[in-house]
Amino acid sequence: MKSLLNVTKLTKTYGNIKACNNITFELYPGQVLGIVGESGSGKSTLLNSIGNNLLIDSGEVIYVNQKNQVLNIKQIPESQHRKLTKTEWGFVRQNPRDGLRMNVTAGANIAERLLDVGVRHYGNIRQEAAYWLEQVEIDTNRMDDFPHTFSGGMQQRLQLARVLVTKPRLIFMDEPTGGLDVSVQARLLDLLRSLVRNLNLSVILVTHDLGVVRLLAHRLLVMKNGSIVESGLTDRVLDDPQHFYTQQLVSATLVP
Amino acid sequence: MTQTKSTNNQPNASTESGFNFAYLDEQTKRSLRRAILKAVAIPGHQIPFSSREMPMSYGWGTGGIQVTASVIGKPDTLKVIDQGADDTTNAVNIRRFFAKVCGINTTEKTSEATLIQTRHRIPETPLKEGQTIVYQVPMPEPLFVIEPSRTEAAKMHALEEYGSMYVKLYEDITNFGHIATAYDYPVMVNERYLMKPSPIPRFDNPKMNNNPALQLFGAGREKRIYAVPPYTKVKSLDFQDYPFNIEKWDNKACKFCGSTDSYLDEVVTDNQGTRMWICSDTDYCHHQQKSGIDS
Ligand SMILES: Nc1ncnc2c1ncn2[C@@H]1O[C@H](COP(=O)(O)OP(=O)(O)OP(=O)(O)O)[C@@H](O)[C@H]1O
Ligand SMILES: [Mg+2]
Ligand SMILES: [Zn+2]
Repeated sequence: MKSLLNVTKLTKTYGNIKACNNITFELYPGQVLGIVGESGSGKSTLLNSIGNNLLIDSGEVIYVNQKNQVLNIKQIPESQHRKLTKTEWGFVRQNPRDGLRMNVTAGANIAERLLDVGVRHYGNIRQEAAYWLEQVEIDTNRMDDFPHTFSGGMQQRLQLARVLVTKPRLIFMDEPTGGLDVSVQARLLDLLRSLVRNLNLSVILVTHDLGVVRLLAHRLLVMKNGSIVESGLTDRVLDDPQHFYTQQLVSATLVP
Repeated sequence: MTQTKSTNNQPNASTESGFNFAYLDEQTKRSLRRAILKAVAIPGHQIPFSSREMPMSYGWGTGGIQVTASVIGKPDTLKVIDQGADDTTNAVNIRRFFAKVCGINTTEKTSEATLIQTRHRIPETPLKEGQTIVYQVPMPEPLFVIEPSRTEAAKMHALEEYGSMYVKLYEDITNFGHIATAYDYPVMVNERYLMKPSPIPRFDNPKMNNNPALQLFGAGREKRIYAVPPYTKVKSLDFQDYPFNIEKWDNKACKFCGSTDSYLDEVVTDNQGTRMWICSDTDYCHHQQKSGIDS
């Protein structure tokens, strides 16, 4: 099977901080890759270096798009990159304020991605929006309500619906369950798991919660001080950690 | 703006002494004309210019006045309207101003004007080749409602990313069952740039499309000029299942001329709240009344 994304020797510095140091990994279609590590280890920087047009110091990011074209992400024109982030890619943020427009209705939040790709039929847009609200288990009679009237868990699910409506292939998630109650987290995780499977999504999932990666991630990268210290199948890494840092991380957490 | 215009107009006897022709100095006019030429070359695209102090405040349409001042020539005949009327304070003052600093002819007749400066309306009488209409623009950036950052808005224009503009229309239909925007209704120019037409009623939007006249837009405070060259496609934003439409006055006609197809203003005539409808375009209304008598 051909990989969807290839990251090679990616380095990103802020002054003399190496936020990402020589990062190499690949991601296959339908795969969920977890990235764990303590605060400041460079997880978000890595995600933004790939998915958010952040300037990097060196390295290569190769993505194979829907048309099977091999794109060198750091060299394509900005317009093409922005297009990708609105169509084949999607971002789910920890803070829904960063991933949603809070001043327009839930339906409009989903509609926007369709409008971005040129859909101009109101009725069809409404239908699509309703369908995706159902998929993320939000009652469709909340479609014309504002996101700020939604609970934290609902706002995260709305972010998902907004992203899924353009049928993306690759989703970036940065702490999607952060700040949610445990029971709400569990419901979101179950939903994510079934969506990932049913839609054959590839996901890069950043979290510091080992319980979340245990449930969702096929593979795991463990980061510390900007570098990958260990990687492998999730169960292998969590059950039999090789690196001292990973061992610390696992023993510090009650793994379910 | 006429073909034979000289760029070096000397003040003549009928011009107020002490002022350069059209008030602005020649260098300023040249830099404005450069901005206008760029604007004409890229229809609907906003061109920055260094806005000058004018002897009136921004609310008076200094952007439009500067554009007019830079394109006006001695052979021109100027018409100035405000909300369709030639006789409002704003229109009268601007017309007097140009009569004074240019010594040019003025008119109230749309058909006789070579240059028309307007606030809030496009004349009902169709414009012709060779005519220029100058719009006073308070706020030129259509993306401002959704993107307050000017840098980001410029990027969205450059990349033709206008999807989020439709979010506003989507919300309108969701809330009111129809697109509620009545003035300054956004348009796509030449299938490329999103443009605000200035606060004209959406009734006037179709007149911009494929118009034989040159349309210039000046925003003084925001320091932007943009243009729609003659015979350019101008399309109002809409949805396939909610097509753009204009205001209609069911069974209403102008009290004075009987017109049923011009833009009507509602006027309360007494303390009992009696209402009547009259043409907003006073020149058109006079013309209709006259031709009604003649025939
Ligand atoms: N814009 C920035 N300017 C300067 N330094 C930055 C910037 N963004 C991140 N850093 C630094 O880069 C390093 C990695 O930060 P990053 O946000 O990627 O960590 P993280 O793993 O996502 O942490 P957390 O779990 O707290 O979100 C940190 O030392 C951080 O201070
Ligand atoms: Mg982070
Ligand atoms: Zn009338």
